[in-house]
Amino acid sequence: MDTFQDTIFKLKRYWADRGAIIQEPYDLEVGAGTMAPETFLRVLGPKPYKVAYVQPSRRPADGRYGENPNRLYKHQQLQVILKPTPEDVIEQYLGSLEAIGIDLRKHDIKFEEDNWESPTLGAWGIGWQVMLDGLEITQFTYFQQCGGMDLEMVPAEITYGLERIVAFLQNVESVYDIEWAPGFKYADVRLADEQQFSVYNFEMADVAMLWQEFELHEREAQRLLELFRATKEKQRFPVLPTYDHVLNCSNLFNLLDARGAISVTERVGIVARVRKLAVGVAEAWAEQQNPKEEAAA
Amino acid sequence: MPYFLLEIGAEEIPDWMIEPALEDLRARFQAAFGTFGGSALITEATPRRLVLLAKDLNEKAPDVESVVQGPYLSAGGRAAEGFARKCGTEIGRLAKMQDAKGERYVFHQLTEGQLLPAALSEKLPEIIASIRFPKSMYWTGKGGLRFIRPIRWIVAILEDQIIPFEVAGIQSGNTTRGHRILGSKHPIPITMETYEQALRDNFVIVHADERKRRIEAGLGPDVHKDASLLRTLVYLTEFPTPIRGSFDASYLELPKEILSTVMRHHQRYFSVLKEDGSLASAFVAVTNTDGDPDGLIRQGNERVLRARFNDARFFWQVDQQKKLSARLADLAKVTFQAKLGTYKDKTERVVKLASALAAQTNADANTVEIAALLSKCDLTTDMVKEFTDLQGVVGGLYAKAQGEGEAVAIAIYDHYKPVSMDDSIPRTVEGQIVSIADKLDTLRECFKIGMVPTGSKDPFALRRAAQGVVKVLFEARLELPLLALVEDIPQLAPFIKERIQFYLRDVLDFAYDEVNAVLAAPLSTIPDLADRADAIHYVRPTADFEPLAASFKRIKNILIQAGVDSGIPINSDLLKPGPEMDLYQASERAAGSIRHRPYREQLAAIASLRPGVDLFFDKILVNDPDPAIRQNRLALLYSLLTEFSTIADFSEIVTS
Repeated sequence: MDTFQDTIFKLKRYWADRGAIIQEPYDLEVGAGTMAPETFLRVLGPKPYKVAYVQPSRRPADGRYGENPNRLYKHQQLQVILKPTPEDVIEQYLGSLEAIGIDLRKHDIKFEEDNWESPTLGAWGIGWQVMLDGLEITQFTYFQQCGGMDLEMVPAEITYGLERIVAFLQNVESVYDIEWAPGFKYADVRLADEQQFSVYNFEMADVAMLWQEFELHEREAQRLLELFRATKEKQRFPVLPTYDHVLNCSNLFNLLDARGAISVTERVGIVARVRKLAVGVAEAWAEQQNPKEEAAA
Repeated sequence: MPYFLLEIGAEEIPDWMIEPALEDLRARFQAAFGTFGGSALITEATPRRLVLLAKDLNEKAPDVESVVQGPYLSAGGRAAEGFARKCGTEIGRLAKMQDAKGERYVFHQLTEGQLLPAALSEKLPEIIASIRFPKSMYWTGKGGLRFIRPIRWIVAILEDQIIPFEVAGIQSGNTTRGHRILGSKHPIPITMETYEQALRDNFVIVHADERKRRIEAGLGPDVHKDASLLRTLVYLTEFPTPIRGSFDASYLELPKEILSTVMRHHQRYFSVLKEDGSLASAFVAVTNTDGDPDGLIRQGNERVLRARFNDARFFWQVDQQKKLSARLADLAKVTFQAKLGTYKDKTERVVKLASALAAQTNADANTVEIAALLSKCDLTTDMVKEFTDLQGVVGGLYAKAQGEGEAVAIAIYDHYKPVSMDDSIPRTVEGQIVSIADKLDTLRECFKIGMVPTGSKDPFALRRAAQGVVKVLFEARLELPLLALVEDIPQLAPFIKERIQFYLRDVLDFAYDEVNAVLAAPLSTIPDLADRADAIHYVRPTADFEPLAASFKRIKNILIQAGVDSGIPINSDLLKPGPEMDLYQASERAAGSIRHRPYREQLAAIASLRPGVDLFFDKILVNDPDPAIRQNRLALLYSLLTEFSTIADFSEIVTS
């Protein structure tokens, strides 16, 4: 039986063999692998790209103090971006399941409609949730828009829910019983994380401080975006650091939300504020990637 | 006569879009190739293919002869030569025709009918590209073809001949694909004759009906019938095989509503019933495989279901830690609608409205108030966040578990009902009141800010809400003045009136003029309106009714022409003995005798005035030279019309 890490190794190997860059997780708090620049920014523009990485994804509101066997504040996604989408993308994906030891002839695979949308990123796509014997194991999305822009080249995003897949492979009822490495369970590695962050996120986070932080990051991102518009030195402009501030805003928003600190009327407005920044960064990045068009315009 | 087969191979198409897409494909093919005749168009589909088979097509479209009009003979030889050249012929071959202005040249042009293969090649790309889907995507790059999911292959064969064309970079051919897992990994060459069998050999049953029968055969008699789930599964599979699994009986402690929602909506399982109709600890999943010899699929599905049930149990336990009544304040964090504030605001309004309505019925005021107050509290529970379809139901179950009493629990449980015209109304009068108050509040608030449904746009399902209110009022026979409750909001009263009209006509099946007659009379309550329509419908076939209705129409016109629109006292001294006095007395008698009698009897009594009215119009001239007498006759007619138009405006009745 493969450990949690064995399965990750195998998936990475599989996609590396198919030409993907194997990246490491992005080193900021994000809610999903999509938010990492390796997806959010790379899908923009006309340049082909193939990448795979594990992204720990934080969803403060989903925390359950480590008491629920299936729900986690932070879970691990394995994110694959194939841009442009190869014609046999689904066959390749099914091959990856075989590669981690799922004999598809003995199981039931279905592709059920599930379209994806992220209002804070101005992004959406069309796709499926992939069901294995009734278990959702993957979100498969053809990106259509990102940062409010129609994508020039349509990428496929394949997001594996690693805990679910491995719990299935190891036939355990609780994610905490997954064997992460020989002799170490998921609980040994991550339980304290789940407990303590649930306590902090739900009970102790200092709301005033979080708001302050949110506003600081927002202001910095706004300032940078204004500078970008004004400058002629677009090529060396720090668009990527600007995006870091947007990611911080997004994570702080999630924290405030979990803490119950955002009222209804505020909520829509704040999502719109973050989206505006994300769209600004996406546009700046696209412009930076495609300077010819800028010169022509 | 050749057969034509088209198979559009795509990645998995959402099940609910398949039948409308086939219908659209059929209509477009028919419109484009109708001129080629053909005995039948057959469409079929699986999640990965839309198939169309056209039988007995003609190999060529009929030739079309058209007449091209040329110059008049009087225009001279050069004009005629030019025309002949344009038509590609000589003057000698032109025909002549006489019209109003003289004799002119005409050319009988014969356009040869297109050959079938050429027509197919030319038109199919456009037909495929224009199939309508509720949602579509592009995949070949910005500006590329939009379809529901990427197209991966196309079969287009006319007998043994490939019809060549290209769509989104895919070249049509004669190879199909089998089941993703069980079929060949390679393209499968087919002919018209081998198509079905080749697919079958590769674990694809192309006929939806056959897949349906295959599923039904595997369900077993104890499975809860569910036609819509069945249809979903037919279009989620290419080779369906049902398997049966079970779960620990201890989960049956959870309410059946929650268990079946998990099974049906989240897992697409059929539930299994015991002989007494209660849930058994088993389910049937429909796989897209040829079987489960090792039981691995069953075990996997059982495991998923166990996790789901554990979640539900966990939600139940956590939710009980905070009673519904303690969740009221949390409703301030739940948006009702961006411009309309929160569910806390809504709750406050609904409580007020429900209490006011309760006072006009025999409902228990206390029950209504508590149920209305707690009705939306379940929106803050983990259970409803997870199983949104169970809003209301969960509130009812929790209210019961928390000791709010059976009556309150039922009222909360039912208050979203009826969710469709086929759904039943709340079981108790308290539930009915909360249901009406909730829906009326939504209608009132949305209309206030101008969110009025137009055409097919009704994002807040306001028509359904209004229709639900009408249905509850009618079926529960609640004598509540519906229109009085909405008359302060512009556009809402006519909107509700439309729904009442729809209900009387399309649900209760009254003729449109009967409905119009009732709605043109002073409005009352829904049950009363229905009773009146019923009375008209009942009396209508009697000999006197329609002629009387015709006379009422005549009276109405006379009064309009004379400009009489309010009551004038009748001076009985001016009435002439004979038909005039007789009609007056008959109408006084009828008016006195019909009060407080059932509508059917009232209408029968009114209809009996007919001979008197007929005689009056026969013998009496309303437009008497003496203005006083004329005025008095108009007064008599006005009184007659108003006195007997409270049940219905008979002038709306269309008489034969």
